[in-house]
Amino acid sequence: MSHPRRPGNRKNVKKGFQFTLMVVGASGLGRTTFINTLCDAEVVPKRECDEPEMAHIEEGIKIKPYTVELDEDGIKISLTVVDTPGFGDMIDNEYCFQEILGYLEQQYDDILSEESRIKRNRRFRDNRVHALLYFIAPTGHSLREIDIELMKRLSPRINIIPVVGKSDSLTPGELADFKKRVMEDITHHKIPIYNFPYDPEEDDDETVEENSELRSLLPFALIGCEEEVTVNGRKVRGRQYPWGVVEVDNPQHCDFVKLRYALLSSHFQDLKEITHDYLYENYRTEKLSRSTDSASDNDSGEEDEHSRLKEEQFKKEDGKLKEIEDRVQRELKEKQQELWTKEQQLMSLEANQIHVQ
Amino acid sequence: MSVDAESTQPILQSYVGFDSITSQIEKKLLKRGFQFNVMVVGQSGLGKSTLINTIFASHLIDSKGRTQPDEPTRQTVEIHSFTETVVERGVKLRLNIVDTPGYGDQVNNENCWEPIIKYIKDQHSSFLRKELTAMRDRFIQDTRIHCCLFFISPTGHSLKPIDIVVLKKLTEVVNVVPVIAKSDSLTIEERIAFKHRIKEEMAFHNIKLYPYESDEDDEQDAALNESIQDLIPFAVVGSEKTIVVDGKTVRGRQNRWGVINVENENHCEFIHLRNFLTRTHLQDLIETTSLIHYESFRSKQLLALKENGQQQQQQHH
Repeated sequence: MSHPRRPGNRKNVKKGFQFTLMVVGASGLGRTTFINTLCDAEVVPKRECDEPEMAHIEEGIKIKPYTVELDEDGIKISLTVVDTPGFGDMIDNEYCFQEILGYLEQQYDDILSEESRIKRNRRFRDNRVHALLYFIAPTGHSLREIDIELMKRLSPRINIIPVVGKSDSLTPGELADFKKRVMEDITHHKIPIYNFPYDPEEDDDETVEENSELRSLLPFALIGCEEEVTVNGRKVRGRQYPWGVVEVDNPQHCDFVKLRYALLSSHFQDLKEITHDYLYENYRTEKLSRSTDSASDNDSGEEDEHSRLKEEQFKKEDGKLKEIEDRVQRELKEKQQELWTKEQQLMSLEANQIHVQ
Repeated sequence: MSVDAESTQPILQSYVGFDSITSQIEKKLLKRGFQFNVMVVGQSGLGKSTLINTIFASHLIDSKGRTQPDEPTRQTVEIHSFTETVVERGVKLRLNIVDTPGYGDQVNNENCWEPIIKYIKDQHSSFLRKELTAMRDRFIQDTRIHCCLFFISPTGHSLKPIDIVVLKKLTEVVNVVPVIAKSDSLTIEERIAFKHRIKEEMAFHNIKLYPYESDEDDEQDAALNESIQDLIPFAVVGSEKTIVVDGKTVRGRQNRWGVINVENENHCEFIHLRNFLTRTHLQDLIETTSLIHYESFRSKQLLALKENGQQQQQQHH
């Protein structure tokens, strides 16, 4: 599959690029299978069937990053996929949001502290997450409370792309209606998702067309499959039902191919830029101004529970910022000490020289 | 009157005619009509309303799904009941369908099952009160839930912790029949593995599902029950739309990769569920509710009343 060569120098092309994608959704929506389908390999091991005794145990959410090296038409991609098993599985899922948010902000904190160093590490690994695929259950109605809550809370920190998991359980008519309703819900609740932004004035026709087409597909209908089946003599990746075969790579059956292309070829740059230039900058500004600003004007009117969580968050962040400050101070001191020692050495050298003369 | 040496039953020398009692009963019952109360429990969007409409082949209830953006995401599990009378070949069936929208939909689902359990117990309670009234109705209107269809989400993995909690509580008070909803998103292999897993979990947690074993069962009944227990949970697909397949009009779902025929046993187990509920076990479901669940509720209540009475007497002393 060929794609337009990005204008960039040869060195970047050979070196390839790095991209981090997080995948969030309740278990059973095809999240893990999607990761493996995207990478065309068993990146995430098939879920071990635990003993029946384990079914009622609430394990809570886990954050699991996996890194794969992909080759897209000669371009090397170091793709990190962060899986979040356990999301939404518990009876009370309030805690899940905090875990994910904490992880995302941790990556920002790491960059922030690295930037503040006097001596920076050029090889520092940027673990910021550039996009989050949120799996919506194919109910056929519209968004659930947990969907709205998650997207609202995480959108200030990350590009969210909503997708419909196991979309082969909807007929084409149902899918179109569902997509429409989901987008109406998202607009109504003013949830800022990544919607392939374009400027009709500034961008060229091709870009406008490409982006508006991708925007019209939201939320992307996904099916995941790692096995191959034979259809009319061809071998395809698909799911075999008694009534037919659903093909993953067939754009008539689902939007997998289009999404993959957007993530790994056409839009990864945009996602990374937004993450760095906008989301990270906002976080940085918020955090640094919070530490100087004693009054927090962020949680006016929120319920007790939320402000309690925020308070804990603030305390944690204050602690982190203090750490950064302390570290900077320490390094400054060290450098000063070094300088002083060198000065002393120089002075004694000079003294010796004078002495010698 | 001669007594046969081998059997203890006397042989009738001429036709008496008491065998017509069955048709006498039938006539009475036909006039009165039958009452069947079914409850559907499961997360929203699993096709509960559609399945009910498919089983009874008519549009009885509307889906309660949230479809407008300005509708609030429900905060409580609201229990609605709808009564419709359907007639087939002169037999009147008063159907009471109890819908429980919103179960499991919130971020925090703690105790979302309480309204459901309370509703079921309230029906027993109201029936008991009517029974105990001195001047009681001739035929007490039966609102007790005869069957609870429990919808399992087709994740393909296992039961969720919330499912286990709710199943345990439900099976204590009502006949529970679990179904795998929207099973057209599972391949046949996935379905088999999923069912096996679910059965293991239910066995581990000692969840007692309907049909129950009974000493009164003869060989035929036992065999039928065994085959039902093998099938449970039923992997179903519901549809109110019809499609033409091989010249026949059937209820189904049309996709870009094929047509799912709801009534085709190779596609899903809808037919088995439908026959189970309406053609083989309808009467037994009603009877079991009365003989087992209601009786258990009743004896607990009356014992509690007695104890309360005794305590009050002691206090008086």
